[in-house]
Amino acid sequence: MSTTATKNAATFARGIHPGEHKQWASDAAIEVLPTPAALHIALLQHTGAPCVATVKPRDPVALGDVIGEAQGFISAPVHASASGKAAKEAMATLPNGRHVPVIPIKPDPEQPLSGRELYEDHFGGVWPTTGLDQYEPKAIADAARAAGLVGLGGAAFPTHVKLLRNEKKPIDTLVINGCECEPFLTADDRLMTEAPAPIVTGALLALHATGARRAVLGIEDNKPRAIASLRAAAAGTPLQIQPLETKYPQGSEKQLIDALTGRKVPLGGLPLDVGVVVINVTTAAALARAVLRGKPLTHRIVTVTGGGIAQPRNVLAPIGASFTDLIAFCGGLLPEAARVIAGGPMMGFAVGDLAAPVTKGTSGITVMTRADLAAADETSCVRCGRCVDACPMNLLPTRLALAARAGRADLLDRYHIMACMECGSCAWSCPARLPLVQLVRVGKLQLRAAQSK
Amino acid sequence: MARTPAEVLPTAPQQAGSPPQAPAAPALEVGPSPHLGTSATTATIMRDVLIGLTPVMVMSVWFFGWAAIVQVGLCVLTCLGVEAALTAARGRSLTIMDGSAAITGVILGLSLPWSSPWYVAVIGAAVAIGLGKWVFGGLGFNIFNPAMVGRAFVMLSFAAALGASAFVDPDALGVLSQATPLAAAKEAAGAGLPSLTALLAGAHNGSLGETSILAALLGGAWLIWRRAAVWQIPAAVLAGAAAMALACRLAGFTSLTVPEQLFSGALVFGAFFIATDPVTSPITPRGRWIFGVGIGVFVVMIRVFSSYPGGVMFAVLIMNAAVPVINRWTIPQPLGWRPKPQEAKA
Repeated sequence: MSTTATKNAATFARGIHPGEHKQWASDAAIEVLPTPAALHIALLQHTGAPCVATVKPRDPVALGDVIGEAQGFISAPVHASASGKAAKEAMATLPNGRHVPVIPIKPDPEQPLSGRELYEDHFGGVWPTTGLDQYEPKAIADAARAAGLVGLGGAAFPTHVKLLRNEKKPIDTLVINGCECEPFLTADDRLMTEAPAPIVTGALLALHATGARRAVLGIEDNKPRAIASLRAAAAGTPLQIQPLETKYPQGSEKQLIDALTGRKVPLGGLPLDVGVVVINVTTAAALARAVLRGKPLTHRIVTVTGGGIAQPRNVLAPIGASFTDLIAFCGGLLPEAARVIAGGPMMGFAVGDLAAPVTKGTSGITVMTRADLAAADETSCVRCGRCVDACPMNLLPTRLALAARAGRADLLDRYHIMACMECGSCAWSCPARLPLVQLVRVGKLQLRAAQSK
Repeated sequence: MARTPAEVLPTAPQQAGSPPQAPAAPALEVGPSPHLGTSATTATIMRDVLIGLTPVMVMSVWFFGWAAIVQVGLCVLTCLGVEAALTAARGRSLTIMDGSAAITGVILGLSLPWSSPWYVAVIGAAVAIGLGKWVFGGLGFNIFNPAMVGRAFVMLSFAAALGASAFVDPDALGVLSQATPLAAAKEAAGAGLPSLTALLAGAHNGSLGETSILAALLGGAWLIWRRAAVWQIPAAVLAGAAAMALACRLAGFTSLTVPEQLFSGALVFGAFFIATDPVTSPITPRGRWIFGVGIGVFVVMIRVFSSYPGGVMFAVLIMNAAVPVINRWTIPQPLGWRPKPQEAKA
């Protein structure tokens, strides 16, 4: 059952083929970052309300202790990612531009888990695929919440919110997202290849928690090793492995649901409006660890990749490690490095300060070179329509951009600007080099301002 | 909780971003996503259009010799000159290297008869770039296809030099002594139309670039493959023309068959090279179909019902005028769009 790339694989409409750039790190097995000299754990790493610190300066903390308590339903606690001593709360600027409070931790020289032990603690051992209904659905969601689980694909939406059953909106399909459609990034690919078992167990737990009848894992067909590995691990379980066309943004929630089920998530709605819950593969593995082993989310796999880094790697790093720590572990920046991106090149944020800490949503550090970024001057839009043919949301990006430039809120609304998810397919395609995504972001602010008048 | 700057996480200068053992830290920059882009630019698309025009130009020279080289050359040089002059006059950076003015020149030149005087080509080209393009603000802002604006101007100004008789040289041998197929069909129903093979190859009289259908199809296929033109527009033009041709033939308005209509005149050349001008055609996928079908229908209507033998130029200009409203009618519905519930208040 080790089918590799499939022709005519399922997919969504439109989209782009930006080049995979996965070769930098796709063969690099996951390695464990040595505990850094300092950690800075952000109190807001998820979509939702920030946490409140539960430790005081000089408090000793152990690996996995709660150090920030979740506030409200859509929130997730944060945990100490090393044993050590807490310091005074400070502020940091995350790559996405948000200023957030952070708890600094000075790790002890001796850590309870490190190196291969830490890897085995995360992904090794036995991951059962049967007898999982001994866990109450509510208990699975509670374990996810206690473990501080959020979507690890990048959006960082608290996972327990997705897992809790809603009588009014029953779920019939669980989608596990293994697309990893961002160019360069390989963290999910490596996990699926090296450790498919916790992913399968986590998927089955989520299936049980949501009460869905069907579980399907969508994966782009450029990852034949991961597909083979997952198929072997999922054999005999209800989890179906579905290869998809390698096309950006295949891993975008709405596009993935469309590709796998044909259902269209309503604008402004959520997947649960069409009976679907989507969970990333890495999140599924963390869910299995949280439920079966009671372990919180303290580490994540970060792809450090691109032509500007000396040794591209996939690194299991403690949350709160700095970009500098990860870059140093990967041999440092090369002279041709020009831009460091938190995440991948399509939707990631350029990092202005390498002291910024890794958060739960940091899927990668992509170091782009001058050649990758070769810029051209903006020319007039000739209405070639390539942005229209690329837009996975079926919008008219050039119209949105020009309306934003003209400050026309009425036109922004007419052309459905709020449906844009800023995936960047239009700007990637534009031969006139219009900053389409940037203008859309401006346009959204203009429309909100006009509507609040 | 108030925080003093000292409590803020140290924002390290860029040197601090690299470990001690690493080479001197490179200068890093920031910018908005996406951080990758296609290699295509407007200039590469225009270059692809010029490459797509090559088969037609070669066949034109093959059939009409020096006349084709002179007409096209005059038009291209004039277009580039006027473009350069007007960009300079408006204080813009020079745009003649983007290829768009050259394309206007080539298309205008190929749409002229072999016999038209030099000043017709020069005036047509100057009007195309000046009135057709720059009065609207240059590339990307014009409403009408510039080459067709130029051609309409000279056609109305120099009726004799561009009329049906201009194509015919009674003293010449071969095709130049014959009327163009559509003019012949206009004169006497069904008389003198060349065989379909001759129409496809182009061995008959006509405007410089319209005669060889095969060359136009070859170049058109290149355009579609390179995505220098959208496929919907030529498909829609040909479909619209075929439908109208069939209707007119069944109704007895014309003796020309559907293949004869499709393969004569500038229909195929226009479908691939004129109607597909992105600036003057709709941007929405459904709009491209409406636009193309409209052109096809108008081409056949003009041929059958007007006093002009050919209709591509006017059909394109008429539909150009309709593009803004077509765009507005055909705004696509985003993924997951649902009509707003009207009874929400009830």
